[in-house]
Amino acid sequence: MGKVIVVTSGKGGVGKTTSTAALGAALAQRNEKVAVVDFDVGLRNLDLVMGAERRVVYDLVNVINGDAKLPQALIRDKRLDTLFLLPASQTRDKDALTEEGVERVIGELKKYFDWVICDSPAGIEKGATLAMRHADVAVVVTNPEVSSVRDSDRIIGMLDSKTLKAENGERMEKHLLLTRYDSNRAERGDMLKVDDVLEILSIPLLGIIPESMDVLKASNLGAPVTLSDARSAPSQAYFEAARRLAGEVVPVTVPGEKRGIFGKLFGRKAA
Amino acid sequence: MTKVLTDARSIRIKGRSFLAVVLSPDLPLDQWLERLDDLAARSAGFFLDRPVVLDVSDLPIKKAELKQLIDDLAERNVRIMGVEGARPSMLGPGMPPAMKGGKPASDVEVTAREPDAESEAEAEVAAQAPQRQEAPQVRAIPQSLVIDEPVRSGQSIIFPEGDITIVGSVASGAEVIAGGSIHIYGTLRGRAMAGSIGNTNARIFCRRLEAELIAIDGIYKMAEDMDSSLRGHAVQLSLEGDTIMADILF
Repeated sequence: MGKVIVVTSGKGGVGKTTSTAALGAALAQRNEKVAVVDFDVGLRNLDLVMGAERRVVYDLVNVINGDAKLPQALIRDKRLDTLFLLPASQTRDKDALTEEGVERVIGELKKYFDWVICDSPAGIEKGATLAMRHADVAVVVTNPEVSSVRDSDRIIGMLDSKTLKAENGERMEKHLLLTRYDSNRAERGDMLKVDDVLEILSIPLLGIIPESMDVLKASNLGAPVTLSDARSAPSQAYFEAARRLAGEVVPVTVPGEKRGIFGKLFGRKAA
Repeated sequence: MTKVLTDARSIRIKGRSFLAVVLSPDLPLDQWLERLDDLAARSAGFFLDRPVVLDVSDLPIKKAELKQLIDDLAERNVRIMGVEGARPSMLGPGMPPAMKGGKPASDVEVTAREPDAESEAEAEVAAQAPQRQEAPQVRAIPQSLVIDEPVRSGQSIIFPEGDITIVGSVASGAEVIAGGSIHIYGTLRGRAMAGSIGNTNARIFCRRLEAELIAIDGIYKMAEDMDSSLRGHAVQLSLEGDTIMADILF
């Protein structure tokens, strides 16, 4: 049985979709079967970032309603044959999702794939709660600024109360993915520092993705950054995050910081 | 003619919570009443002097049936103080008011009649006697709630029965409300309200004060009104008269 990951944040625009695509492609390059699922019904974006927008025939809502079978709706990536996309519907809204439908689709995906990565919509409403409901692991995407951190805190509270795992009395595994991190601005005090965010959210760190033009460029090209420019700094950070998700122990490095702090961070427990 | 108020004192309306017994009948009602009679026979006087709330949520009955049920219960000396989970249309004049927002408490033990008790009056005493013995015990052990994880933004922890201890931080946008004191082994960034049901001796302790709002017994202080030298320190807050006093701990 595969693992179900929800990529969530509460706040919009912090990089959930970009991170879903990048982590999905990074895991798929390890020769593991990956399905990325867009839960943002009505505002779908993952197909664009994956460069599959012209190949969408059936979508998640069609599968939930029984209009299409799961294999008909899954789109295989042209560059990686272990990477698949289940797009969201653009013409419907979140009310088209039903709890039983989502459970059935996730259950089916788990049988065929090693990783099922659900790209959650922003907010704390139905779309977001359904995306997290059946997850085994949560990746909380946060920018180093106060509003994003507070929204992430709210989402962590919901992961601990509204998910199936929480209701069964189990602990939800949660990881922090700090995106758009700019060490210069953090040093100047314009941004929260890594330690401040970790202190507030108190969940293990999965990775720090540096602010970079490469990410925007990759999105506009329709390719996950870990595919289009694997050598760039954000790609390296995503590859490391993917290795930590897979259970490897990889020390976290803060992008752009010099040695002294490096040593200190070496001792930090990651993921 | 306009009425002139001669007394300048305004009427104070206070909130207070009491523990009530909740009865949740099930269908068919006549069989349920039979079982209730059986219980009453084993424990005479159990419902006397007890406030009873009737919970009819998930019970598909009509207004007339509900009225009949309340009358049937009154016949058995069970007086209903309120009805929970009823549609507004089910309750009319002369019926108990609707109640909502109840919080679950522990189950109420029904004390059985002592086997050798002879008269009903004696049984009644027997049923009530254990409760009288229990009362001082409850007072001797103050209740407390311990939470082992951080309180996240948007969560509220409400515990009017006593103290709250949190092993972790209280996030911005979270709130903790206790009838007694609040102990936070972490950073307090949200709201903390101690002594919420009128306890001037309640205190707030935290490892690091970054609070948005603190209150003790209804006297509150916003972040802006707090002495900035307290921020970031381990602080104890207590009430002296009508002012909140703060001491930095070690």
